[in-house]
Amino acid sequence: MNFKGRDIISIKDFSKTEIEYLLDYTQKMIPYANGEKHTNVLKEKILCSLFFEPSTRTRLSFESAMNRLGGRVIGFAEPSATSQKKGENLADTIRMADSYSDAIVIRHPQEGAARLAAEFAKAPVLNAGDGAGQHPTQCLLDLFTILMEKKKIKGNNVVLLGDLKYGRTVHSLAYALSMFKADLTFVSPESLKMPKEVINECKELGVEPMSTTSLEKAIKDADVLYVTRIQKERFPDAEEYNRVVGSYKVDSTLLKQAKENLIVMHPLPRIVEIDPEVDKTKHALYFKQAFNGVPVRMALLSLILGD
Amino acid sequence: MKELKVTPIKDGTVIDHITPGRALKVLRILKIPESTSSVVSVAMNVSGKMGKKDIVKVENRELDPKELDKIALIAPKATINIIRDYEVIKKHKVVLPDEVVGIAKCSNPTCISNAREPVESRFHVIGKDPPRIKCYYCEREPEDITEGII
Repeated sequence: MNFKGRDIISIKDFSKTEIEYLLDYTQKMIPYANGEKHTNVLKEKILCSLFFEPSTRTRLSFESAMNRLGGRVIGFAEPSATSQKKGENLADTIRMADSYSDAIVIRHPQEGAARLAAEFAKAPVLNAGDGAGQHPTQCLLDLFTILMEKKKIKGNNVVLLGDLKYGRTVHSLAYALSMFKADLTFVSPESLKMPKEVINECKELGVEPMSTTSLEKAIKDADVLYVTRIQKERFPDAEEYNRVVGSYKVDSTLLKQAKENLIVMHPLPRIVEIDPEVDKTKHALYFKQAFNGVPVRMALLSLILGD
Repeated sequence: MKELKVTPIKDGTVIDHITPGRALKVLRILKIPESTSSVVSVAMNVSGKMGKKDIVKVENRELDPKELDKIALIAPKATINIIRDYEVIKKHKVVLPDEVVGIAKCSNPTCISNAREPVESRFHVIGKDPPRIKCYYCEREPEDITEGII
């Protein structure tokens, strides 16, 4: 399987076999990701990291991944000190970044920005989140986390909770989990329901997702609870946000009703949706999930840029 | 007295069986009148064998049927007739291409294709009857295709 020079824009650009290959390759990266072993396979390679929107985990884990592979990183973490501030369009910024580096990672507030970047760059482009659109590396690390904990993806009852309307991770994840034939339950406030087109995509892949507003009902049969933050920045008005923020809270009382081996995941940052008391329980997987961003991104970078 | 609402043309192109009410949008897609100085007649809500329809006639100009395929986006049942000396010499039913570029705006206001970038709008055709399109950039599917016509 050849990933050399490939753009990573959307999880939908991958076949199931390719995802399986990537997840398998990711596992091999773990000792390098946690510093047990060392490698220099990407020595002399430069990754240009363009973050037009705030990020902690995605940016740091991309940088860590590139450094762990022996490569270098240039770029910016917020656009205010760049020519974007002077009114430069994205296409020109990308042309410039392309000439300075061997690969580009981009996060941008507008949907489709990474696809556009890939059109203007000769170097491969990795999408680190485009507005409410796609976030393929997050999706891969989520799949990897489930696979590592549950040993398979198929047949697990995965509950996606929270902002299912604006949340980019849940859209890609619902699609990918359907490819792997997981059972899906969507839990959200009425106003933040999973968009119809995502539900239709799941159905086209042979999965019939359940939808409910009741977390208490859904938690009992869940194998994986994937919690998301209600994202203030994606709401068109503050009033709508205030109506739904704090709709759900995952705490030890709720988890008493859950299966013994339920895992709780979250793309982070969390605000109020998971009580810190959950951190100490065996259910909490979100910090391990965040670590998994490093081996996943190492696998991608080495396959795209390596010899 | 019998009145002929739509007169035949001697030479040119007739776009027939346009979804009623959509003739003006068809003209917009074809960039008419900017793209031609020929006489253009438009008839709307004309009764035909299969109910009401719109018709567009462009005189003295044979439009390329392939070029006209993109109107299938909003008029999937349209037919293109090339007329010479009052005779139909070529008839072609529009077929939606796999990709449409530069004729519809993405309905997602935060799609990068709506920003100040040097790209044209671009859609993958994911269904032909009824027509369904998905933005190449943001992957969203507009609910009403006709609203986005540029």
